[in-house]
Amino acid sequence: MHSIPFEHGLILAGVLFVLGLIGVLTRRNVVFVLMSLEIMLNACGLAFVVSSARWQHADGQIMFLMILTLAAAEVAVGLGLIIQMYRRYHTVDLNVLTQMKG
Amino acid sequence: MTVLDLIWLLPTLPLTGFLILALTGGTLPKSVVAAVGAGSVGLAFIVAALASIELLGSGQESFQLSLWTWMAAGEFASSFAFYLDGLTVVMILVISGVGFLIHLYSTGFMIDDPGYSRFFAYMNLFVAAMLVLVLADNLVLLYLGWEGVGLCSYLLIGFWYENPANGYAARKAFVVTRVGDTSMALGLFLLFSQLGTLNIQELMLAAETQWQTGSGLAVAAALLLLGGAVGKSAQLPLQTWLPDAMAGPTPISALIHAATMVTAGVYLIARTHLLFELAPTVQSLVAWVGLITLLMAGFTALTQHDIKRILAYSTISQIGYMFLGLGVGAWSAAIFHLMTHAFFKALLFLAAGTVILSLHHEHNIFKMGGMRRHLPVAFWSFIIGSAALTALPFTSGYFSKDEILLAALNAEGGGTLLWLGGVIGAFFTAIYSFRLVFVVFFGDSKHEATEVTGFPMAAPLAVLAVLALLGGFIHIPVESVFSHGGGEHEEPHASFLVHALMIAVPIIGVGVSYLLFCARTLDVEKLVRPGVGAMLHKFWFSGWGMDSLYQALFVKPFIFLAKVNRKDIVDLMVGWLVELTALANRLLVRTQTGYLRWYAASVMAGLVVLIVIGVLL
Repeated sequence: MHSIPFEHGLILAGVLFVLGLIGVLTRRNVVFVLMSLEIMLNACGLAFVVSSARWQHADGQIMFLMILTLAAAEVAVGLGLIIQMYRRYHTVDLNVLTQMKG
Repeated sequence: MTVLDLIWLLPTLPLTGFLILALTGGTLPKSVVAAVGAGSVGLAFIVAALASIELLGSGQESFQLSLWTWMAAGEFASSFAFYLDGLTVVMILVISGVGFLIHLYSTGFMIDDPGYSRFFAYMNLFVAAMLVLVLADNLVLLYLGWEGVGLCSYLLIGFWYENPANGYAARKAFVVTRVGDTSMALGLFLLFSQLGTLNIQELMLAAETQWQTGSGLAVAAALLLLGGAVGKSAQLPLQTWLPDAMAGPTPISALIHAATMVTAGVYLIARTHLLFELAPTVQSLVAWVGLITLLMAGFTALTQHDIKRILAYSTISQIGYMFLGLGVGAWSAAIFHLMTHAFFKALLFLAAGTVILSLHHEHNIFKMGGMRRHLPVAFWSFIIGSAALTALPFTSGYFSKDEILLAALNAEGGGTLLWLGGVIGAFFTAIYSFRLVFVVFFGDSKHEATEVTGFPMAAPLAVLAVLALLGGFIHIPVESVFSHGGGEHEEPHASFLVHALMIAVPIIGVGVSYLLFCARTLDVEKLVRPGVGAMLHKFWFSGWGMDSLYQALFVKPFIFLAKVNRKDIVDLMVGWLVELTALANRLLVRTQTGYLRWYAASVMAGLVVLIVIGVLL
């Protein structure tokens, strides 16, 4: 069976990571920022899975499971914060939250 | 277990008194304060007396009590250990005995002072430090006591601190003695680095075996210790602080600046006399310093009109006699004079305190006069004290001063000159001390005064008067201390003429004083009015211009430098550091925009930089 080359998987993970990063940096809507963060997390997960396949080692996959749990918890907290933000400012625009500056 | 094992109680008792008074902070009633303050010193005197009887009765030369190791580092170890011998016995009895009398006097003298408790706290601390000084068996512990009494002197001179002049006098005393103390500390360093110990007895033994007579190191060490001694004992050239120290309450002047602390320098030299015998040049320097100081201070005392300043200059002059005695090797005569001086000078100061208090803090003797009838107790105290100070025959001062002068006469090299100077000094002592008596107590009275007295104030005067009269018959047990090494000079002998002269000179002095200041047969005004007389008077009055000399030589340049360097140069460099951090702060504050994406971008940029570095290296 012809498997996907290791490098391709890593490149895909890199591309996903950068896409997520661009989303985080450019989006103003906090929900989209959270979604972009999820993409970045999953890019990392993908890199782990690919690596575990490359070295025939289960550690990477276990790590991916941990990242999955972590991402779920993070989304729960993040969404809670977004709701609080909406209640207080009646908007989900990130640029509103700039009081903490020097 | 004998009383000797209890000598640790000596400094501990007054120290406990100090702690009680200091920790209660003036909340105790005055009767309790007086009981604690005077009682602790009284108990210390009882312990000192019992221990002295025990030591002298046992026939031992010395007794040592080691309490604990104070500090140890490498080869250096200093212990808290006390050493008791004949010399120490004299000192502890004088300190605790005269100290107790002065404490008792103070309970009456200070009764209306708001700082009553503070006063006794300082006094007790002083007595404790002074006892540590004389009991110490090593120079480090001695130095602890030395600095302790310096601190108490500072605190008590500035006791009435509301007046800035008193604070200035206190600082002056502290700074000037500090010059001497620094010299003494250097002396200790030198002794330790060369001889490897600071235990006084071992040190003297080591110095004798390792150093030749007149060797450079011995001279240097003796000179440095002498520096400390002249600072503490107000001798030339560090004598300027003592007259100003009279700013403190009068009992302080009696206790610290007449009877005990100022004689610490004499004690130090006597204690390390073997070292001074190894450096004959320094020893004769001691004699000359003493002689010059006693003459200068005598002339100055002649012109002063503040009753306490007269006594202060007379103290400087009498300590000059002690130094003269030390310098010619008459160790026990010097210590003898130290003791008799403690009696009669404490008496004079306490009597002066009574006069001052009775006249509502009047210090100028020319505003007094005729006080003989108003203040009989003070009058008789002054007569007895001045007689002893003048060394009229068979008073205590006569015996001690006589011994010193005879030893000076027999000293090798310039002995006759030293003797002559001492006799001239004695002549002027007679004039200035009876000038004080005649001006204050005779003539027309210019004030109505009722004597402030009572048992606490009259009793110490009476006891001290008896001691000043009969103290000359006390035999001080110091032969064994000074018989080591070169040994005491044999009984000085002198011709009948010399003896007659030494008895006659003070009496003539009193006579001259009577003619000048009482009968007024000779006109004093005529003496001081013409150009030379007025100039001399002014020159002597200012204390030979020493104060203005030091003002010009040290104080003014220092103040000038301080003004030039108003914006401290060192501070400036530290200031740059502050500027730099402030600048960095302003720059970094700009990066904190509050935008989340800016922070995320920074994190990413940092990551990229790290990765690039990792890849490149």
